[in-house]
Amino acid sequence: MSDLEQLYQQIIMDHAKHPHGTGLVARDETSHQRNPVCGDEVTLTLRWDAAGDRIADVAWEGSGCSISQASASLLATLAEERAAEGEPWTPEELTALIEDFREALRSRGAIPLDEERFGDAAALSGVSKYVARVKCAMLAWVAAEDLLLRRTGVAR
Amino acid sequence: MLATPLTSAEIEGIRARFPILRREVHGHPLVYLDSAATAQKPDSVIDAESDFVRTSNAAVNRGAHFLAGEATEAYEDARDTIARFLGVDDNEVVFTSHATEALNLVAYALGTASSGRGAGSHTDAARFALHEGDEIVVTELEHHANLIPWQELAARTGATLRYIPVLDHGGLDLDAAAEIIGERTRVLAVTHVSNVTGAVTPLDRLVPLARAVGALVVLDACQSAPHLPLRPRELDVDVAVFSGHKLYGPTGIGVLYGRAELLDALPPFLYGGSMITTVTMDRAEYLPSPQRFEPGTPRLSQAVGLAAAVRFVEEFGMARIAATEHALAARLLDGLVRVPGVRMLGVDNPAPRVALASIVIDGVHAHDAGQVLDDRGIAARVGHHCAQPLHRRFGVSASLRLSAGIHTTPDELDLAIDAVAGIRPFFGLGEGAGA
Repeated sequence: MSDLEQLYQQIIMDHAKHPHGTGLVARDETSHQRNPVCGDEVTLTLRWDAAGDRIADVAWEGSGCSISQASASLLATLAEERAAEGEPWTPEELTALIEDFREALRSRGAIPLDEERFGDAAALSGVSKYVARVKCAMLAWVAAEDLLLRRTGVAR
Repeated sequence: MLATPLTSAEIEGIRARFPILRREVHGHPLVYLDSAATAQKPDSVIDAESDFVRTSNAAVNRGAHFLAGEATEAYEDARDTIARFLGVDDNEVVFTSHATEALNLVAYALGTASSGRGAGSHTDAARFALHEGDEIVVTELEHHANLIPWQELAARTGATLRYIPVLDHGGLDLDAAAEIIGERTRVLAVTHVSNVTGAVTPLDRLVPLARAVGALVVLDACQSAPHLPLRPRELDVDVAVFSGHKLYGPTGIGVLYGRAELLDALPPFLYGGSMITTVTMDRAEYLPSPQRFEPGTPRLSQAVGLAAAVRFVEEFGMARIAATEHALAARLLDGLVRVPGVRMLGVDNPAPRVALASIVIDGVHAHDAGQVLDDRGIAARVGHHCAQPLHRRFGVSASLRLSAGIHTTPDELDLAIDAVAGIRPFFGLGEGAGA
């Protein structure tokens, strides 16, 4: 598989065309992130469980390149899978996941995303060879990070 | 009547002088089609800049030692080279950091004049002051650098910012322009060539409207200076700006041409050393142009490098370069319009154009499209190209731009057009419109 095919794996193309987890409602607390260079936009929410300490659901809306949109869709899918397995993320777990995601994407191909932890989102590993596209892939994850930081009172 | 285009042997000779063109990207020879963002540099520019730093570097316009004299001479020779290139006088050429600074310089100087400050005893800045009720006119297709400084000047002075709208085909609405430019207009700021559509602005229609009401005409020549003969006096504009790095010169240097009468009247933009005659603890008096507008240690090696870039294009002459790129523009347009699912922004505008095209590909975001080109070693620009209002006018947020330079060959354009044709298939989209 060429680098370009690595970047645009079928999983990514499928998520870009048929995104998961889209749809926000007025009461959602959202983080809006945009890439001013190319106009990619993602508005994302973390929906908490009844006790308010685990992430039951990630929902979003956005527009932009396939990498930015697929990445948001894959994050929402991963949250859904965790919840379905009865292990929704704690804020600490999601924070750690976002940090590892960022580290892998910034590694210029040196660190692949672990399929065990990232599921289908591991398909985004190919982005790390394209420095200019890392920001596209990060957009939804930065929105999630922003919401987590807001919860702990650290404003971005 | 167009001049004789460059021969293919001449273009091969030119290509050999751009060291970066020997690079490979992703296993393919580099096809550089992003000259509108920044141009590559020929050896003579790189050498001129480094030779100056190696042999002649010293502070200019001060100090009496040998090198200081040599450096000053090199800097002023560079100014003279630019002045001759534009057909203007040396004192009408101001070096800035970039074209953006040049536009800000004019906007800020007008703002300072509007606040009642002048430039000392020998000037008449009040003539150029703006007040509430005055109007600044721009167009809907400006680069942000020729829009935001005017927005801010309007906000500071109470003047109103108006704009000449763009028609569906991408050209300016000249009927609207005739309505908008009127007795209240004090400044008309317009681009010479659109950095999104490549169309040449019909200045022969716009400038007389501004002249008739005594408005200043500010020309953004960033996209024309590398591709067309640029003669501000023949165009009858008061100000023309361009950047060095788009004209095969160094980054970090821009040029502001201003009519002497205007520059001598305007107050400074930045204040400090090298631009004064007398300073007391209360006040200062300023040198005439261009020194008045060049405070601090100027951009020396960059000016010398830019002069080398001007000498480089003058080897061939801007008329021949324009004729060559005219043919490239036609080839690019004809090739792109044939590709199914590709929409070229401003394609129906009948105005002459430079070899630059921005396209939108049905079902594929510009960022993704650019990646496919990059994979074939083709450097193109994706995004809004610092022209968000124009993209909004076209109903898109981003486009993919291909822009040629003096070293671009017809074969390279064919490669790029072929690569564009491969974008939709790569993303699993069929031929024709509709995702």
